[in-house]
Amino acid sequence: MTTSMTDSAAVPQPDAQQPPTKNTAAGKGGNPGLFRLLLKDRFAAASALVLVAVGLTALVGPALMGDLATKQNLLFANKAPFTMAHGWEYFLGSDSLGRSMLARLVVASRTTLSVALPAVAVALVIGSLWGVWAGYHRGWRENVSMRIADVIMSFPSLLLAVVVLYVFSPSAANIVLILALTRIPIYLRTGRAESAELQSRTFVDAARTFGAKPNAIIVRHVIPVVLPTLLTLATLEFCYVMLAESSLSFLGIGIQPPDVSWGLMVSQGRQYLQTAWWLSIFPGVAIVVTTIAANVLAAWLRIATDPAQRWRLALPRKRLIVRIPAKEAQP
Amino acid sequence: MRTAAEQAPPNSRPRAGTPATQSQAHDVVLQVKDLAVDIRTHRGTIRAVNSVAFEARAGETLALLGESGCGKSMTAKALAGIMDPVCDLADGQIVLNGTDLAALSPKERLKFAGPELGIVFQDALTALNPVYTVGTQLGEAFRIHRGLNAKQARLEAIDLMKRVGIPEPESRVNSYPHQFSGGMRQRILIAMAVALNPRLLIADEPTTALDVTVQAQIMQLLRTLREEGQMAVILITHDLAVVAEEADSVAVMYAGNVVESGPVAEVFADPRHPYTKGLLESVPVHLERGAHLKSIPGSPPELHDIPAGCVYQSRCPLVQDICRAERPALRPAGRRRTADPAGTNVLEADDGGMGTTPADRTISAEGRPVRTAACHFSEEITNG
Amino acid sequence: MAEPLLSIDGLTKTFHVAKSASGNTKLKALDGISLTVGRGETLGLVGESGCGKSTLARTLMMLETPDEGTVSFEGTNPFGLRGKELLGWRRRVQMVFQDPFASLNARMSAGDIIAEPWATHRSLYPTSKERDERVRELLEMVGLRASDGRKSPQEFSGGQRQRIGIARALALNPDAIILDEPVSALDLSVQAQVLNLLNELQRELGVSYIFISHDLTVVRHVADRVAVMYLGRIIETGETEEVFDHPRHPYTAALMSASPKLDVTGAKRDRIVLKGELPSPLDPPSGCRFRTRCWKAQDICAQVAPEPQVLTAPDGRRHSAECHFPLDSLKGLAGAAVTASAP
Repeated sequence: MTTSMTDSAAVPQPDAQQPPTKNTAAGKGGNPGLFRLLLKDRFAAASALVLVAVGLTALVGPALMGDLATKQNLLFANKAPFTMAHGWEYFLGSDSLGRSMLARLVVASRTTLSVALPAVAVALVIGSLWGVWAGYHRGWRENVSMRIADVIMSFPSLLLAVVVLYVFSPSAANIVLILALTRIPIYLRTGRAESAELQSRTFVDAARTFGAKPNAIIVRHVIPVVLPTLLTLATLEFCYVMLAESSLSFLGIGIQPPDVSWGLMVSQGRQYLQTAWWLSIFPGVAIVVTTIAANVLAAWLRIATDPAQRWRLALPRKRLIVRIPAKEAQP
Repeated sequence: MRTAAEQAPPNSRPRAGTPATQSQAHDVVLQVKDLAVDIRTHRGTIRAVNSVAFEARAGETLALLGESGCGKSMTAKALAGIMDPVCDLADGQIVLNGTDLAALSPKERLKFAGPELGIVFQDALTALNPVYTVGTQLGEAFRIHRGLNAKQARLEAIDLMKRVGIPEPESRVNSYPHQFSGGMRQRILIAMAVALNPRLLIADEPTTALDVTVQAQIMQLLRTLREEGQMAVILITHDLAVVAEEADSVAVMYAGNVVESGPVAEVFADPRHPYTKGLLESVPVHLERGAHLKSIPGSPPELHDIPAGCVYQSRCPLVQDICRAERPALRPAGRRRTADPAGTNVLEADDGGMGTTPADRTISAEGRPVRTAACHFSEEITNG
Repeated sequence: MAEPLLSIDGLTKTFHVAKSASGNTKLKALDGISLTVGRGETLGLVGESGCGKSTLARTLMMLETPDEGTVSFEGTNPFGLRGKELLGWRRRVQMVFQDPFASLNARMSAGDIIAEPWATHRSLYPTSKERDERVRELLEMVGLRASDGRKSPQEFSGGQRQRIGIARALALNPDAIILDEPVSALDLSVQAQVLNLLNELQRELGVSYIFISHDLTVVRHVADRVAVMYLGRIIETGETEEVFDHPRHPYTAALMSASPKLDVTGAKRDRIVLKGELPSPLDPPSGCRFRTRCWKAQDICAQVAPEPQVLTAPDGRRHSAECHFPLDSLKGLAGAAVTASAP
């Protein structure tokens, strides 16, 4: 899957040789609204659609499915997907207890998102703010923060989760907290690195010469620049957290049946892979599609919110790429 | 003017021996005609360099003078065949010692890089590979083009370092680029460029990143090397003073076009294009402190937005209707103030307004470069 | 001379860095700098990279803390101030940076950039109406259109961006502006526009400039007085014409001589081409710091660091230089060119 980001990165910047005023290109025609820009990029628009669909499913889907997800019907056990012969609810097949895969996927989407989203969000907020603060001030704050991050990182995060969840009860809130805790160092490190680089930039120096307070500078100059990178990172983390949750569920200390999550479905279906592939493939696909969509959209957003890069989105990418080999053919 | 057929192919000439015998002073080494470079951008194809013509002579320095974005570096890259992938050589001839480089395939051109044409970049730190010793990098040219082994190449490298004035070359040959100062790195780059005694040396802003006292050293080195090897040097710069001090002739570029060219002393003493005049007046010399500088209003046009007529029309004080309608060609302009040393070909008067002249004459007459300017009103420019 | 606006005495700043070849970890970026700047005056600060001129600018802006020495701004030492008083001082000294691209946050509009100082100094223009009004005024003052405030920095050329930087420095109505190479990133034709603007603003507003540049032509054009720095010390200072026409320190003479001249007569002149390069500031030479490259150096130069001495020029004007063997006049240069230009 080619994301919009890798594409535009592959195109050499055409105005490298020209005066910097060239960058005005994108801005000249007024700032096209983000939504208009989004429609222009097919990949990003499709990703946004996928995410909206997943979100809506998680929001209203479980209510529509009623008790279908838990209703067992051994007559319909392990039915193969893609046939309407057993009614619409078995279109995506059924599991060994004859429960509808479709209904289970829909219900699981809510559980999955309600664990992954808060976990990612908590880690993102705490890790980023901490990292940005540490990187901006440098010195002992940076050193202490990095050592703490090292300590957390050096523990295998799953092991830590196992220990904690054995001690405390494996409730959803605990899962969220432990997953967030183990992922904080990721944001902390990135936020620190970016912020340490930014704090030496001239426009930050300029703000210091007005007497602006460190926190004001962090809010005004550091966070807006660091945020897109961290958001992109967060979408990748989203995938990791979903899989981590499924591992915990697999070990029996994550989501507890009869609740169901995509990750739990993948791990439960694993033993039937040879006889009933759909049991783990469908939730797996759901995880992958959601993550990729989030990732593509984040990559796009990173470019779209950067005024210096936005012009890339207006680039007719196809033509540029096609014409480069044409040039080499020339004598 | 010598034609391509009269010159021996470059590779057949033995390259050893004293450099001075390789070419006679004032021979035309490089002739560029109608050079055009296109850049593909998201706004369509734009012309970054448009019908640029000039020539470089052995033992002389030609300055390509212009502000950022005027196409001077693009021209240099086109000459050296190292353009970015989004750039195309759209038109023109680059005749180096009788071979048209523009007609060669990239592979064939590689043979010319080094023995025939050397290039010095502005940023010496990024132009050198940090993981190889300077000796390895200096010796590379000898290994590739002369098939020397590593030991011989190292000796040649030490020799080169001596030539460009690096102290203790025997011990420093094993140092890495970061262990040298900026000025010394620039010397190493120059050494790489002149390693195979090229006929043409392109120096792209060679001293912009350096301090003035070091800049003076580097310029002195370039002068010495030029005279030793009777190289033609193309000096690309934005610094009028460097041009005034170092170059014999100058081509002033603006928005991808050469707007004026000729011997430096004449062009600077009596500019025949309003842009050249404006540039010269922007330099705060011979002025009372704090006095108002005659700056050029506005800024250069965007390359995708170059007007149909004269490229300079939006900033020109002399602009008329004809300037908006018709782009002036580069024509002989300006009275010759002194007979040239050879005593030949003294142009009597301006014939700039007399319609078209043969293309070649705008580039050169037999002997010395002619003053040319691309302006409809070049005779009306008064220089106090 | 009236009471100077800003006077600096014995300013010293040492950085601690990773070990150098000689095992030294102390980099003396400023070594006993003393200067004064009068009200409405322009002081030119000249020197090559690494001479400490940017560190001096950053120290004056309180981005660095000096180890020794005093800064006095109308009698008060800003490094002793805290809280509100410090904020009040900040308002009075502003800075324009060299790189018009790096010094403006690309994610803010030009208007927001100019208005940014007021986010800290709220009392200056308390209502948003006043602020908008003032932004428009400032934009026009620096030669941009009032409507340009909505554009983002990418939409401006280098020269226009530098104008935004100047407008931002003016936003707090400062008494002094430190200009750190304000035109060296600009094209020649645009450079002249910005120099004109700076001169006009000084005439109108009576603001003092500390103009840092390596371009001697530019400094000569704008500065009333000039100070030449070499390896963290001011080696020569005086009125601009004085220093430029009668350089007394060999380094000043070499610097003037090395910088290319736009001489349309085409006469080739003798130049002093110095030997070697700037010594590492980690291991500065003993005695006189310039002695390793100086053609007049003698034994005493290695042993005793010269003190600044006031020298009188043939026309009776005086300026100070730090040299054991100051050049008499331009006569001294002829000999220098012969001895020093040999490769």
